[in-house]
Amino acid sequence: MHNYTIAELVKGLQSKQFSSVELTQHFLARISQFNDQYNAVITVTADQALQAAQLADQRLAMGSAPALCGVPLLHKDIFCTKGVRTSCGSKMLDNFIPPYNATVVENFEQAGVVMLGKTNMDEFAMGSSNETSFYGPVKNPWATDCVPGGSSGGSAAAVAGRLAPGATATDTGGSIRQPAALCGISGLKPTYGRVSRWGMIAFASSLDQAGPMARTAEDCALLLNCMASFDDKDSTCVDRDVPDYSASLNKSVKGLRIGVPKEYFSEGLHPGTEAAVKKALADLEAQGAELVEISLPNSDLSVPAYYVIAPAEASANLSRFDGVKYGYRCENPKDLQDMYCRTRSEGFGEEVQRRILIGTYCLSAGYYDAYYGKAQQVRKLIEQDFVNAFNDVDLIVGPTCPSPAFKFGSKGDDPVAMYLEDIYTIATNLAGLPGMSVPCGMVEGKPVGLQIIGNYFDEARMLNLAHQFQQVTDWHTQAPEGIS
Amino acid sequence: MIIKREEIEKLATLSRISIDEKTITDVTERLSSVLDLVDQLKTANTDSVQGISRPFQVSQRLREDKVTESNQRDKFQAIAPATDNGLFTVPKMID
Repeated sequence: MHNYTIAELVKGLQSKQFSSVELTQHFLARISQFNDQYNAVITVTADQALQAAQLADQRLAMGSAPALCGVPLLHKDIFCTKGVRTSCGSKMLDNFIPPYNATVVENFEQAGVVMLGKTNMDEFAMGSSNETSFYGPVKNPWATDCVPGGSSGGSAAAVAGRLAPGATATDTGGSIRQPAALCGISGLKPTYGRVSRWGMIAFASSLDQAGPMARTAEDCALLLNCMASFDDKDSTCVDRDVPDYSASLNKSVKGLRIGVPKEYFSEGLHPGTEAAVKKALADLEAQGAELVEISLPNSDLSVPAYYVIAPAEASANLSRFDGVKYGYRCENPKDLQDMYCRTRSEGFGEEVQRRILIGTYCLSAGYYDAYYGKAQQVRKLIEQDFVNAFNDVDLIVGPTCPSPAFKFGSKGDDPVAMYLEDIYTIATNLAGLPGMSVPCGMVEGKPVGLQIIGNYFDEARMLNLAHQFQQVTDWHTQAPEGIS
Repeated sequence: MIIKREEIEKLATLSRISIDEKTITDVTERLSSVLDLVDQLKTANTDSVQGISRPFQVSQRLREDKVTESNQRDKFQAIAPATDNGLFTVPKMID
């Protein structure tokens, strides 16, 4: 059952080939058997899952259940889950049990989806390797000495390792697409505002966006149908009809104009990754799409702009963790200042502290205009590059990340080496555009991701292209060694 | 760009983060490395460019001024580090 796609599971549940309880038991057993190898799941909600599965079976028996009723999923541990620990991968929230659900979680619960548990992640979603988690690193199922990517590395590894057929994730600078690429699965970051951020622990509020991870584009469409909704509780959520993302999957891609940014094929791109992506582009061309070379001239400024804007917003967002109302509090504080300082030093890990310090620096008197003001202007230039490109093309395609999964610790002590991992993904967050990654090849036994960037609210067209690509390739069906 | 040790100490105070003597050199070095990266922004010509703080740059949506949340004080206090008689408590601030 673990090799079925979500689309196949839906059919199986609706035709009574198996029950939701059987399916849930199967995936709980797999988590129990294999999670020690991957460290992908940090909280398992077995009792709650089985209860939800029983309810789903009752709804299915009545014949009027929503599409995803009875399907088991994992949630990234950044989404608040009522009565279930939500740690955000941090010691700071190791004891935090929210009394409410995030809107994303609520949407799935209403649809009868069964939550299996919560996935590991980089602390507060700050990282590209899952090495910053308080709960230890997640291992890539394709090569357990390598990282799964981050920050949604737990979700990606769980899907790749068949611990769940799909998972929720979030993307602030590439945190859905990069781990999806490194773990050989499909993942989609929607347009900013498409999915509610309410109850999703904030990292950088103008960049964060939730999206689905699954093995196929077809499954991502099914999950996005449920995740996307207007939510009055998130003031940045966009009030716009949610199309049926599954409806346009089978359209022909003939005549689609695909922009290929020349800046995404320059120095730093692994030759094996480049070859795999170019082969994928040739496959798309063979399906009738038209390739057009484009330029995104300010691409090289996206990482520097991001590392001002994201830490600046993080330093403000994370100021709420002060040991007063919830989360970690240091032992025996001698006064209020001591409580604040020690709570935050003991509760946050090194990378989170670094980003708070950088953000504070960029926002401080005397530096605000030179850093934050300048980064906002560069953000506009980057957005304009995409607006110009989309005047001429329907979609933009290139590599998701510069190289396949790397070994633990191999980026050394220099944080900048890690930051450059997101060089091709960050610009879409700055512009607020949707992007996705689908598997398109293998290098040294490790998966390569193809990134598809769409125009605003054009997720359906991205999913259409990705699905059509998956009709003529089998990269998305491949499984890590030992999974049968 | 080399950030000075005194600046790190000031940032730590502003951020309410304690940095101990053993790690301050490493923190300084790594922060300098990140600031070298972001200094690349200086190469961009942004004359007459109006910056943006979020995608679409639309004005903030307002909602009707009515109470939508029920009082959940007990639930929130149940997960607090320290409470007393319905209040969140912190170390004494004023003698």
